[in-house]
Amino acid sequence: MSQDYIGAARPTYLYIYIAGTVLLLIAPLIGLYPVLGTNMLCFAIFATGYYLLLGCTGLPSLGHAAFFGVGGYLAGYGIKVIGITPEVALLAGALNGAVLGLIMGIVAVRRSGIVFAMVTLALAQIVYFLCVQIPQTGGEDGIVGISRGMLFGVIDLSSDTVMYYVTLFFFLAIFYFILRVVRSPFGLLLSAIKHSEYRVISVGFKPNNYKLLVFVISASISGLAGSLKAMSTGVATLGDVHWMTSGYVLLMVLLGGLGTILGPTVGALVLVFLENKLGAIGVFLGSVTGISWFGTLGQSVPMVLGVLFVLCVIVFRQGIAGGLMLLLERISSNRKRPDDPGDFD
Amino acid sequence: MPLNLFFLQLFFGLTNGCFYVLLSLGLTLVFGMLRIINFSHGAIFTLGGTFAWAAQEYFAVNYWVMLLLAPIVIGIFGIIIERVLIRRIYGLDDLYSVLLTLGLTLIIDGAIRSAFGVAGHSYEQTTFGTVSFGPIMVPLYRLWVVVFSLLVWLAVWLLVERTKLGSYLRAGVENAKLVGALGINISTLTSLSFGLGMGLAGLAGVLAAPIKTISPVSGENILVVVFAVVVIGGMDSMKGTLLAGIGLGLVESLVRIYYPEGSSVIIFVIMGAVLLLRKQEMKKVEI
Repeated sequence: MSQDYIGAARPTYLYIYIAGTVLLLIAPLIGLYPVLGTNMLCFAIFATGYYLLLGCTGLPSLGHAAFFGVGGYLAGYGIKVIGITPEVALLAGALNGAVLGLIMGIVAVRRSGIVFAMVTLALAQIVYFLCVQIPQTGGEDGIVGISRGMLFGVIDLSSDTVMYYVTLFFFLAIFYFILRVVRSPFGLLLSAIKHSEYRVISVGFKPNNYKLLVFVISASISGLAGSLKAMSTGVATLGDVHWMTSGYVLLMVLLGGLGTILGPTVGALVLVFLENKLGAIGVFLGSVTGISWFGTLGQSVPMVLGVLFVLCVIVFRQGIAGGLMLLLERISSNRKRPDDPGDFD
Repeated sequence: MPLNLFFLQLFFGLTNGCFYVLLSLGLTLVFGMLRIINFSHGAIFTLGGTFAWAAQEYFAVNYWVMLLLAPIVIGIFGIIIERVLIRRIYGLDDLYSVLLTLGLTLIIDGAIRSAFGVAGHSYEQTTFGTVSFGPIMVPLYRLWVVVFSLLVWLAVWLLVERTKLGSYLRAGVENAKLVGALGINISTLTSLSFGLGMGLAGLAGVLAAPIKTISPVSGENILVVVFAVVVIGGMDSMKGTLLAGIGLGLVESLVRIYYPEGSSVIIFVIMGAVLLLRKQEMKKVEI
């Protein structure tokens, strides 16, 4: 990877952000089903928070499903059984993510790379087993029929479209927050830790503290995303706590592109959309090509995802957004860099 | 609890520990040579068990034949996977090996689910009977699992520590470039160790088939436990896998006796404690 595409001084980025925001604002008006849209945005929030840890700091966590899933359970149990309001439910998800993230982080940040992934996975499994065992989560059935209620007592969330726009608001706020974090001195330090931990120590910082802080921030955002998802779909299940959800968010970030903050969003939107429409896409492909096998595509979502994982790693490492950025850069600069051997045209 | 039941539980723990040993042995072999952790190890375990079950169900192939055949088939499958896919990601960030092997897990599990259904199967158990040591009755099959697993561990240990091939392997772990310069084919060695690791996982699957329900879910669950075992035992150490695997299997069974609710998480808790107490390792830097 030649450089990180985070750079602040690129006006093209501003246009992309504005265009993206407008597109998301009008999406329900031009035919996107709001429930699907809300789900896509929840995962976009989740993936953006995850990106702070993976993309900026280089820590591949496989434990984030715990924060996401428990956030959903808390929102579900709180709203359905205790009767808390939606804003309290969201706060509970985020706070719980932070606390769980702190506990898990204290153990996990002492390792890096592949061992970090294994350790976070094993610690998240404790949470998973707790969720299986305690009666409040509803075990295999999960919590169903979570009502959305009134946000701040005034915004009625029961309409799907309203829920979409509220989620969009949270998404934009968190995207902006992450953008600021990445460009702050703290964000630069994270990037330094990613590239050489020894050098960061040698200039007098303690990387573990920063890694822990970033772990807690991203865990908290995951918890918020989980609560939002449980509220919008009305269910909280074991599937969200299962470690495959962590793998899934990792795939989103990579599919979108690791080098850019737009990557996780693009990856999440594309992947959730694809997963929901796979059956329809299969039927379409089947009717076009005449191969009846495509018609069964909808039933084998995990296998298609697996193939996507493999393809992403082998042939498409810069991701969708990363690839587009490279293309854009090439078009906008439109001149050869002096150190570029160049193509002979 | 009566003494004989206590020892029976302990013996069950020992059997589980042996599965941990076989699985973590494969993981550490692959990690030593390739510097990747194979996240599809659990799926391969399931694949081994499913092979054994399917062979008996559809072709009436004997258990003992599958015990030999399944690891070989899976080992060859592993070598192909290494040649076609894993080879392309050497030298890249750890992240890519995690994603690639996770993807393989999804594909293998998906294939097993669509071919044999979601529920998982228990193997048609041939009665092996029990053998008694004084007041303690021990199921003969589990005794066989323990003895056989320990023999396999010993064989792999001897292979790595006492043979010429093993010395190449160990040298390759130390410095692959230098060993390559001496005219030893490193790329064959990496393929072989990946195949051997996969074969061991498949073997564990066949061994487990008569006493455990084999399904993609059980494979994933045991894999995460084995990760904790490997982290506790040390990522590179074969003796560490033996001690940690057996020890944790026994601890798990003790917890199951005295505090059943905690038995599924105890190994992860121990892992957390070990990590907090052990000195922090650092990532290598390139300057």
